[in-house]
Amino acid sequence: MREVAVIGAGMTKFGERWDTSFRDLCTEAGIAALEDANVAGEQIDALFVGSMSAGRFVGQEHVGALVADYVGLGGDLHVPATRVEAACASGGLAFRQAVAAVSSGMSDVVIAAGVEKMTDVGDSTDVLAGAADREWESFAGATFPGLYAMIACDYMHKYGLTREQLAQVAVKNHFHGARNPFAHFQNEITQSTVMNSTLVASPLRLFDCSPVSDGAAVVVVCPLEKAREFTDTPIKVLASAQAGDTIALHDRPDFSTMGATVAAGNSAFRQAKLERKDIDFVEVHDCFTIAELCAIEDLGFVPKGTAGKFTEQGETQLGGKLPVNTSGGLKACGHPVGATGIKQIWEVVQQLRGEGGKRQVEGAEIGMTQNVGGTGATVVSHIFGRA
Amino acid sequence: MTVARFWREIPQRYNLVGTKCEVCGDVFFPPRAICPHCRRDGKIVPCQCSGKGKVLTYSVLSAASDQFSALKPYVLAIIELEEGTRVTSHLICEPEEVHIGMPVKSVFRVLDREGSDGIIHYGTKFVPDL
Amino acid sequence: MVGIITYGAYIPRFRIKIEEIARVWGANAAEITGGLGVLEKAVPDYDENTATFSVEAARSALCRRPVDVADIKAVYVGSESHPYAVKPTAVTVGEAIGATPVMTAADYEFACKAGTAAIQTAMGLVSSGMMKYAVAIGADTAQGAPGDALEYTAAAGGAAYVIGNDDPIAVINETCSFTSDTPDFWRREGEDYPRHGGRFSGDPGYFKHTLGAAKLMMELRGTKPSDYTHAVFHQPNAKFPQKAAQMLGFTKEQIKAGLLAPTLGNTYSGAVPLGLAAVLDVAKPGDRIFVTSYGSGAGSDAFDITVTDAILTKIDRSRGATVEQMLATKKYLDYAVYARHKGKIRM
Repeated sequence: MREVAVIGAGMTKFGERWDTSFRDLCTEAGIAALEDANVAGEQIDALFVGSMSAGRFVGQEHVGALVADYVGLGGDLHVPATRVEAACASGGLAFRQAVAAVSSGMSDVVIAAGVEKMTDVGDSTDVLAGAADREWESFAGATFPGLYAMIACDYMHKYGLTREQLAQVAVKNHFHGARNPFAHFQNEITQSTVMNSTLVASPLRLFDCSPVSDGAAVVVVCPLEKAREFTDTPIKVLASAQAGDTIALHDRPDFSTMGATVAAGNSAFRQAKLERKDIDFVEVHDCFTIAELCAIEDLGFVPKGTAGKFTEQGETQLGGKLPVNTSGGLKACGHPVGATGIKQIWEVVQQLRGEGGKRQVEGAEIGMTQNVGGTGATVVSHIFGRA
Repeated sequence: MTVARFWREIPQRYNLVGTKCEVCGDVFFPPRAICPHCRRDGKIVPCQCSGKGKVLTYSVLSAASDQFSALKPYVLAIIELEEGTRVTSHLICEPEEVHIGMPVKSVFRVLDREGSDGIIHYGTKFVPDL
Repeated sequence: MVGIITYGAYIPRFRIKIEEIARVWGANAAEITGGLGVLEKAVPDYDENTATFSVEAARSALCRRPVDVADIKAVYVGSESHPYAVKPTAVTVGEAIGATPVMTAADYEFACKAGTAAIQTAMGLVSSGMMKYAVAIGADTAQGAPGDALEYTAAAGGAAYVIGNDDPIAVINETCSFTSDTPDFWRREGEDYPRHGGRFSGDPGYFKHTLGAAKLMMELRGTKPSDYTHAVFHQPNAKFPQKAAQMLGFTKEQIKAGLLAPTLGNTYSGAVPLGLAAVLDVAKPGDRIFVTSYGSGAGSDAFDITVTDAILTKIDRSRGATVEQMLATKKYLDYAVYARHKGKIRM
């Protein structure tokens, strides 16, 4: 098994990109990543594209081939392109496939892309509901806010989380988003913004929810031993973990614990031979505010039931003990579902290179990502360090 | 949902016909063909659930997909049936009424209508068991 | 003897007050409620219709007296609001009570008397020895055009009867009908709402047929009104059945238990089945019940029923909600929400 490094990363601005098509989002992020990696088309061995539901969002399947074609890797170069899907974890999983391709020796330079064009469809709620069990959750009226709201209801009942603590997750993520020029929302908000926003699925309000965004993010990986041929600042992949769970939330023994996050996190720490205290910052899957609290607990950073207090004390904000979601997270940076997992890695790359600008985590050496599909039926987690 | 997709689950949707593993005794609704604990050592047989249960967690939805928008606001809940299995369902009650632990029972309702000229999907929902 | 093996009723929990409907149409509420004798009516939930009422009523019946559903060989549902123009409501009921597939089924329509027509059919099938049990249901989500006189009463609900001849809780001694072609109320294919002949629906319609069937029954049985404990008449409003009872010589006390229109409205095909269910809820062994339905178009079915000891020993009435309990469980809607419930606001 070869060690793998990230040698380039690029992303589009996330947001309502009315004037930009699915393929143009891919091209924009792809070119940025290739320029960053200083890689020529001829050097690329494979492409993995994470997209949750291009078929329903834009009526386009076969998006591996489409993306390869429009970034100039299809017609002349015939680069093999593969679409990867695991709902909102599609991006993280595409990256994991790229890492596997390189570490196995099958490929050298591989691109991992994530993309979603969500604003070309009217009823995105129904498309996203396909990430749950369509037959026995979605047909019963479950929506994603509804499912995560039931996690929040369970969590609040068990651990006495306050509405203010939950709101603080969004406040903190907007604070970070305001320092990320690629974020969907770059405005700071207050707890009252969250708590006075419209109810979506009690107890979750509009500002507890990540937005519907368009966007793409792309990273380039290669064997660690070759990384310096392309860049002076390669980022080493210290762990690549994935875990699964029941497709439906109702089948989990504890709604407030994502078993797949626990399993993927433990696996990642084992692979990297690191302790929780070694992680300098983490990008987690805050599709809803409650999900961020569960994530930092399930990854083992704080005991169950204490993430609300930890957040309230400012420990997850820049300057805190464990900065969480410096990109703005899904809440403020936006959540083009297939792109999110790659965007998390893009952010880790910025931080570890010291290119985080106003949101730079001082002395960042080790960063981690956690990307969730559905309500936790797939979790992908990676750990990165400076090479 | 296509006609066949609705039709093939009629026993499950109308009458909570799930499955049971005779080896470990676990009941599954929604039904499973493989016991996730005993796997190939399990023995799966049909099992009709009583429809009695209690609320484990819930949310009042003020936003829904187009299909369910006429019902807003509605209560969505995870219900543990007395057989021990759990189901996600629309719970028909006042939003103020629902609470964790609330006893519920099944009722027969329209789940969804395919426009004004398509088929009507009937199935099971829950109401408070007073 | 053929009779009722068990029964169940269903009334949705929403109500609208007649004065609220009158307010919307600028009508005089006191005049309308005074004229009709109806104060409020039952309204279905968004996800309820004739099929869901029928299933709930049938399940309640089976809950009160467990019968082997394999012995149910027929399901008939009478309604003028079948959810499909083509595709039977009765098969949905059969499936939901577990009686399929070895059974026959069909939907009936005869304005407000389709439910009693279903009971007559079930009696015939059982009496002939063709089957042990047949299920007959009358249910409606009654339609009345916005602003039309029918809107003040058109209600929702239904009741189900398992008909058989082993230990019935009530023996049906006799049934007879009185029928003619009388266009007092109709709905053409493809139309959302029925139309009616206004005051014409009274004398040549309701009273001629109700009295026709009722008198025929008493002739056939050699009875007089005072022989009956209870009498149930079709109740498009509260006034018509009271007047019919008076004309026939029944007392207010005799029709009290089965007169639901004042707080339920007119449940069309569900009306007499629900009225009879309310009587059975309180009936004692030996009680004799006189029943006459009416369906526009037009016809009446009369029944002479005697309650047996089995009502105390073979059935647990408390295992199903009584009509009185369901009438007491209610939530009032304003007209706007009522219009949304009834699908009168097209979305």
